[in-house]
Amino acid sequence: MKLKGCDILIEALKKQGVETIFGYSGGAALHIFDALYKFNDAHKEDGIQFVMTRQEAGATHAADGYARVTGKAGVVLVTSGPGATNCVTGIATAQMDSIPMVVITGQVPSNLIGNDAFQETDFVGVTRPIVKHSYLVHHVEDLARVVREAFHIAETGRPGPVLIDFPKDVQIAETEWEWPETVDIRGYKPKLDGHRRQVRRAADLIMQAQRPLVYGGGGIVLGDASPEFREFVWKTQIPTTVTLMGLGALPETDPLALKMPGMHGSRAANYAFQDCDLIIAVGSRFDDRVTGKLEKFAPNAKIIHIDIDPSAISKNVHVDIPIVGHVKRVLPMLTEMVDKTDVDAWRHQCAMWKERYPFRFEPKTDVIKPQQVIEEIWDITRGDAILATDVGQHQMWAGQHYQHIEPRRWLTSGGLGTMGYGMPAALGAQLAAPDDLVVCISGDGSIMMNIQELATLATEKLNVKTVILNNNWLGMVRQWQELLYEERYSASDLHDNPDFARIADAFGVKGMRISHPDELRPALDEAFAHDGPVVMDVMVDEMENVYPMVPAGAALDEMVGGLA
Amino acid sequence: MMAAEATERRHIISVLVENQFGVLARIASLFTGKGFNIDSLTVAETLDPGLSRMTVVTHGNVAVIEQTCKQLNKLVDVVRVTDLTDEPHVEREMVLIKVNAESSHRGEIIQIVEVFRSRVVDVAPRTLTVEMTGDEGKITALVNMLRPYGVVDVVRTGKVAIGRGNHAVVRESAGDSVAAG
Ligand SMILES: Cc1ncc(C[n+]2csc(CCOP(=O)(O)OP(=O)(O)O)c2C)c(N)n1
Repeated sequence: MKLKGCDILIEALKKQGVETIFGYSGGAALHIFDALYKFNDAHKEDGIQFVMTRQEAGATHAADGYARVTGKAGVVLVTSGPGATNCVTGIATAQMDSIPMVVITGQVPSNLIGNDAFQETDFVGVTRPIVKHSYLVHHVEDLARVVREAFHIAETGRPGPVLIDFPKDVQIAETEWEWPETVDIRGYKPKLDGHRRQVRRAADLIMQAQRPLVYGGGGIVLGDASPEFREFVWKTQIPTTVTLMGLGALPETDPLALKMPGMHGSRAANYAFQDCDLIIAVGSRFDDRVTGKLEKFAPNAKIIHIDIDPSAISKNVHVDIPIVGHVKRVLPMLTEMVDKTDVDAWRHQCAMWKERYPFRFEPKTDVIKPQQVIEEIWDITRGDAILATDVGQHQMWAGQHYQHIEPRRWLTSGGLGTMGYGMPAALGAQLAAPDDLVVCISGDGSIMMNIQELATLATEKLNVKTVILNNNWLGMVRQWQELLYEERYSASDLHDNPDFARIADAFGVKGMRISHPDELRPALDEAFAHDGPVVMDVMVDEMENVYPMVPAGAALDEMVGGLA
Repeated sequence: MMAAEATERRHIISVLVENQFGVLARIASLFTGKGFNIDSLTVAETLDPGLSRMTVVTHGNVAVIEQTCKQLNKLVDVVRVTDLTDEPHVEREMVLIKVNAESSHRGEIIQIVEVFRSRVVDVAPRTLTVEMTGDEGKITALVNMLRPYGVVDVVRTGKVAIGRGNHAVVRESAGDSVAAG
């Protein structure tokens, strides 16, 4: 059957199993939006849901949140030029955190490309460094294959965003509609199985180590390998730290869990890094926020590194045993070759650190401590909520003070650190998991970056609970200025904040403002029970800092603060 | 890192890529984005018109070159990356040299050209243009020999290279990284 490009795109998305698209319309995408309308008109029961966010950045973050919860590529559809460029931050966010995403942008007609036509942007060019791959569809005959490949590339290997730039004339060009059942890209064959001999060597090293440490990362979550990861940890009984991106890979209530490492990580995890004689890195990448000063990082440790991306290995640190492969396949092989490690003294040492140095804060009777809000949320939900965060102090407190139990329930922009990510990501998560409690932890700075998405929450009736830890500052910036710039608070004061509860009201979202510690628990209970989205503006202690902290240029065991 | 590993070395890397729109831009942007060096780069179609070969000459220490190869391999359009530096291989470069050649010097210049087994490809009233193919050392030697006469312009192609023996750089097996651990 001959179809137009725009119809083929929708048919192909359907074939691909896409249920939800996030986006925003415009001139160069109108054919596609029309095709979607007609498709849904003809498929009343099994159409494709389109969620119109109120800005394209919101659409990309929502697709990202959707992808983090489902594991499937989030799909974005926008117009050319400004529609496309508004997606840049969301695409870069997804790329940095290896989130599968397919972004479809309308483009001006082929014959106008390069002419500075109205709303023309060389978007393949703009996004080249921030995508896993990209396509400009020149011929309608290529379209079905391009869609098939785009999803394959986005979702396999080390996942990431893929762009399909789709010129307007190609959208109405006709060709035979045929779905390619298989994909074969000769330059793209991710290596899945680890090298058996390397795995053997790793197993030997693990059994010989006196002070081994497991360092798990986002790759475990992305690779749906938490069960395999837990089995490995539980069988070997090796103390384990999981990064900000990997939270939930191992329940943090587990005795072996040392909580997250790094700049605002736990002393237990950081001390363990500095003292261990073997690091077993699983789907983690030795990010500079984790390692502290690289030259002083883990001075006594040999390193085993399991990752699907060869380029992640030996990039920042020298690796003794590299294993390229899918963690879900490599871990069972490794688990089979090892036993419980005979390292009681070391386990005891780690447990001591953990007990001695928990994340702590001093509750007050007259002012709400931000950490207290997170701990109350934990107490109510017992790890059962999906948490999305923005970026800043509140993000670190949410990482520290919540007990992360399961994977794909913690959505945070770790790599790019994108303020404005949280609420739209929560929106996407709520669509992916309609029956779950989705909480967005935000700051009074971050929330303003995509506050327009309250309209989407209201329209789509999504019960996201947004909790603003309002300190009237760009808190994380203020903290650095306090500690490193002699309290010169340059461009970080937000005391002229608007009234967020009233803003919420105006959007048709329940708004609440809480200032006293006694009000906190009842207000949270009320908000979580409310049938609809809520914005809670929680006034917290303004000058609270995130501790402990590894100062810039220091080693992990030179952490400051956070002691009793 | 051991001293030998830290020293910078010149590498010649053969990259087999899809012969497709935008591939060169992707590779160039990878090198600039990651801060890798390009000393020279050549690109042309292979026997299979669907594939092109790029020969990249770069320099860096062991870790940088390893990352360069891995990052190249990571590009979807890159089918195969081979670091030829430590493999037996032949490398060649072509140069065109336009040199001042007043009639009093013409004979000498032509003699030099013959010694180097290069040839004159264009004759003009006051200049000769010489073409030579060879390895880097030979080309530099020729340029140095001609310099005293007044070299007006030099155009070099950048290197191409091929492995010695029966082994082909282009094999159908794709994707397995030479540099990967
Ligand atoms: C888009 C963007 N702009 C700037 C920054 C730099 N930045 C990091 S944290 C921060 C302050 C965040 O303030 P707020 O959202 O109020 O959170 P708090 O730290 O107070 O919890 C800023 C400006 C960023 N991460 N993202």
